[in-house]
Amino acid sequence: MIRTEELVLNVGPQHPSTHGVFRVIVKLDGEVITEAIPVMGYLHRGTEKLAEDLSFTQIIPYTDRLDYVSAMTNNYALVNAVEKLMSIEVPERAQFLRLIVMELQRIASHLVWWGTYLLDIGAMSPFLFGFRDREMIINLFNELCGARLTYNYMRVGGVKWDAPEGWIDKVRQFVSYMKEKLEEYHSLVSGNEIFLARIKGVGKYDAETAINYGLSGANLRCTGVKRDLRKDEPYCIYDRFEFDVPVGTNGDCYDRYVIRMEEIRQSLRILEQAVEQFPEGGEIMGKVPRVLRPPVGEVYAGIESPRGEIGCYIVSNGKDKPYRLKFRRPSFVNLQILPKLLVGETMTNLVTILGGIDIVVGEVDA
Amino acid sequence: MHDLLQREMSLSLFGIFTFWAVVMLVIVLGFVTYAIYFERKILGWMQSRIGPNRVGPLGLLQTVADILKLLMKEDTIPRKADRPFFILAPIIVYVPSFAVIATIPFAENLYNANLNVGILYYAALSSISTIGIVLGGWASNNKYALLGGMRSAAQMISYEIPLVISVVGIVMMSGSLNLHTIVSQQTGGFWNWNFLPQIVGFAVFIVAAISELNRTPFDLPEAESELVAGYHVEYSGFRFAFFMLAEYVYVFALSALATVLFLGGWDAPLPFLDFIPGIFWFILKFAFFVFFLIWIRGTLPRVRIDQLMGLGWKVLLPLALVNIIITAVYMEIVK
Repeated sequence: MIRTEELVLNVGPQHPSTHGVFRVIVKLDGEVITEAIPVMGYLHRGTEKLAEDLSFTQIIPYTDRLDYVSAMTNNYALVNAVEKLMSIEVPERAQFLRLIVMELQRIASHLVWWGTYLLDIGAMSPFLFGFRDREMIINLFNELCGARLTYNYMRVGGVKWDAPEGWIDKVRQFVSYMKEKLEEYHSLVSGNEIFLARIKGVGKYDAETAINYGLSGANLRCTGVKRDLRKDEPYCIYDRFEFDVPVGTNGDCYDRYVIRMEEIRQSLRILEQAVEQFPEGGEIMGKVPRVLRPPVGEVYAGIESPRGEIGCYIVSNGKDKPYRLKFRRPSFVNLQILPKLLVGETMTNLVTILGGIDIVVGEVDA
Repeated sequence: MHDLLQREMSLSLFGIFTFWAVVMLVIVLGFVTYAIYFERKILGWMQSRIGPNRVGPLGLLQTVADILKLLMKEDTIPRKADRPFFILAPIIVYVPSFAVIATIPFAENLYNANLNVGILYYAALSSISTIGIVLGGWASNNKYALLGGMRSAAQMISYEIPLVISVVGIVMMSGSLNLHTIVSQQTGGFWNWNFLPQIVGFAVFIVAAISELNRTPFDLPEAESELVAGYHVEYSGFRFAFFMLAEYVYVFALSALATVLFLGGWDAPLPFLDFIPGIFWFILKFAFFVFFLIWIRGTLPRVRIDQLMGLGWKVLLPLALVNIIITAVYMEIVK
């Protein structure tokens, strides 16, 4: 009898597939994982603590750096909570601009996910295609607010910059371009036998488990739970638009893939409508006091980021700085199910499952 | 060359052999240099980017610069590595890859060794490289390298078998293991080439060949997203260059072998095109095969290790065996 023992393998924090500085310590029996311990915090910057010393407008750039793949929705999570606490009205044009950038951001974020996920699975080209098309969105943002990744675009009460001339037309062009490209993506990847064999039935969990773990976004919807904050607790002006919430049935990586791809299509649908209804002229900033002093009290406002429910919880003591600020970060919450999913899987599926959860380490570690 | 091999070994003969070996080495190195360039350019073209274009005109010297950089790097060996084996591994991987080229007939009168057991020689030597890879993975004393090495051993052993068995059909048809004879029997237009009667064998051969080459979608030993770099994770500098070199020399060797076995070697596709020298046709077919490998790399994701094993043993091996039976029955009937 050969003596066998478990191999402790340290995956990350410097590993091409942990999407940043995330680390998992796995115990391997051959190639099968018997235990997985995630280690996080390598990118911890103490955003929440730092925020206690900053005025609300000053916190906005910090939110960009949480989920840096989806900075616009983070911006919105914060300003939305402050607006809710202070009951500030946001002008129509600003609402539209916010909605358009958030949906563009959702597409950009899903494109990054799509590309990197396929790269994790070993296909090289989709990564470049995804980034090529994301680049167009980034250029749109660049034109709008002068930044490519960390936009610092939204303000309490509106947005910082108005859309330059012709910008809306460019968004319209992008939507029709992206629709075409999406078909191309599907024909390149979605029907590929190897790809399907890799992700079907991998990383399965049921709706109950998903809810118990507090999952949100595509990670929850893949089990069949139809929860999308854009529909269930409409914020911004989402209630005016028509779109579907795709849900899965099996709760595996394949369903998560299909849902995210479908979400791109739904976002394009929203964008199409929003571009048509975009108001001519109008203010982009509502009436807000020069110094933001929310009344004493607390507020929680959650929105649907590309990764799930990103919530902002603010405790105010009537000063111009929050007494306590807490972000409910979807990547962090969704990641908690990882050790459960990994047991009994192979080393290869580790990458597939981790990629399927779709984390951004900046958000996990905050 | 054939006559020379029959003669008694003398110093001048040794000189001639060495000279030819060096010529072959230069050809192979030239191929590797530009295969890498070609691959990067084609992948760039497929992925809507440009590819190397800085060093030299059109980036033609990019690979040369890369190799120079690797050669000038400090030679590092991890302290806890198994030193002798760590040094030996790249050599064991490389030497067979170069040695197998000896049997390939490039044109009717252009070959190094007209070996009676050409196919057997190829199969036997190329499997030695596996030992080098396992050795490298083990000697590195790195868990990722070890996993990569183990995967490689499993993969190469399971694909060596269908690869060789898929060729047996051809051996039966031509009644020879000699690669030169095999090509000679395919002359007279593309309808005489082996890939038509041996279409199953050809399909199995291509899949198994890609797997033998450790290329996408079977590049598990060096699966970047899981094992970082696999068996050569601890290697750098010219030792790493040797692993890379061996990989591309195998691309050369296997593409040449596929051309010889299935695509009629130096034979022109249509008889009236015979006036063009055979080497041209050989290079054309060979280049097509190399392009095919790159094309696959630009398109497909990677299979999982258990699926890879399943494919090898449950699909390819039975298919190859069925192919042998069909060939045997067919030949019996035709006779």
